[in-house]
Amino acid sequence: MGLLSSRNSITRYQVTGQLDGSVHETVYQGLKQHAIPKIEDDGSEATAGWTSLETPYAPDFEGYSFVFGTYMVFALRIDKKSIPPKLIKKHYALNVAKRLADTGRHYLSGNEKQSIKDHVVNTLIHRIPATPNVYDLVWDYDAASLWFFSNLKAANETLETLFVKSFNLQLIRLFPYTTADRMAGLSNQERDVLGKLEKSRSKE
Amino acid sequence: MLDIAVAYNRYKFLGNEFLTWLWFMIETDQSLFRQHDPDFLSLTVGNRLVLENTRNNAKETVTIKGDNASLEEGLVALTKGAAVTEIHLSYKTGSQKWEFSLKGESLNISNLKLPETGPIETPDDLEGVVLEKVYLIEKVVGFVNNIFSHFIHLRLSNKWKNQTTPRILKWATSN
Repeated sequence: MGLLSSRNSITRYQVTGQLDGSVHETVYQGLKQHAIPKIEDDGSEATAGWTSLETPYAPDFEGYSFVFGTYMVFALRIDKKSIPPKLIKKHYALNVAKRLADTGRHYLSGNEKQSIKDHVVNTLIHRIPATPNVYDLVWDYDAASLWFFSNLKAANETLETLFVKSFNLQLIRLFPYTTADRMAGLSNQERDVLGKLEKSRSKE
Repeated sequence: MLDIAVAYNRYKFLGNEFLTWLWFMIETDQSLFRQHDPDFLSLTVGNRLVLENTRNNAKETVTIKGDNASLEEGLVALTKGAAVTEIHLSYKTGSQKWEFSLKGESLNISNLKLPETGPIETPDDLEGVVLEKVYLIEKVVGFVNNIFSHFIHLRLSNKWKNQTTPRILKWATSN
């Protein structure tokens, strides 16, 4: 899902901390350093990195192309390989049968079975192409606000990790407590009440 | 500041109470929304409402789906102590209309449909369309933030327990 899609899902974040030096240059360097690799790493199950809004399959941040007015707009791409369980089952069965025929034995030990399974998974991972998933984000640096266009837990966790690695800034996810605590302008007294707040008991 | 994961689970109820109050306000007093958005025209419950009752260590879920569906079952669930956990909304200002869902536990916006924007016919159109989309999203995110801020100040005051909760219950039982 993306900013330009007809329907969007949005997770809101507050960005804490400040960048040193030029904001656009620092972000550009962070994006370039942690961009999704152009050449697929055949051996890994998942790869994540930044990409551009306009050309998500060929990341390009040159000329600060991620800057739109006062916003920075780019995307997180997660390329993931998933092997269908039935495919693993088939190749495992074929490998077990071959090992039994080669050795003339009637059974295999637990360790041998596990080793065959690992070999099958490892071989298939190298042969299966990764499926790319692209999630756009809009970052308003001055307002310390960021919208991530996905509500998926795994995608949000990857975003939070990669963001701090790339820009050395923390993302605070805005859910009821954090929105109340950080965005509603509570007084100290209200914050104390919030700390002890329990569910309303309208009907017992 | 609490640990984020602890805070998320500990305060899920706050988002559900917000959505319950929001439904009550939609049905009884829309003037509040106008205070937070001068362009405001209307806010209505859309085609999905989910309520949950977790009293007595059992979870009961009521899901109401469909355009123009009757919400009576939801009101009955409210009188039994349920809270709204998910709501689909239609928000109108002037000639523009937004549709989106809000989830209580996360306050995430999903299934957001924005008013129509211009097409991207040439690469030069991209920046204009992006900024228009951002403006339209900002409008609805800002609206939800403002309404939530209003709610949280009310929720942390004595007025919530003394006036608002009885009013919500009275509304639910009288419909």
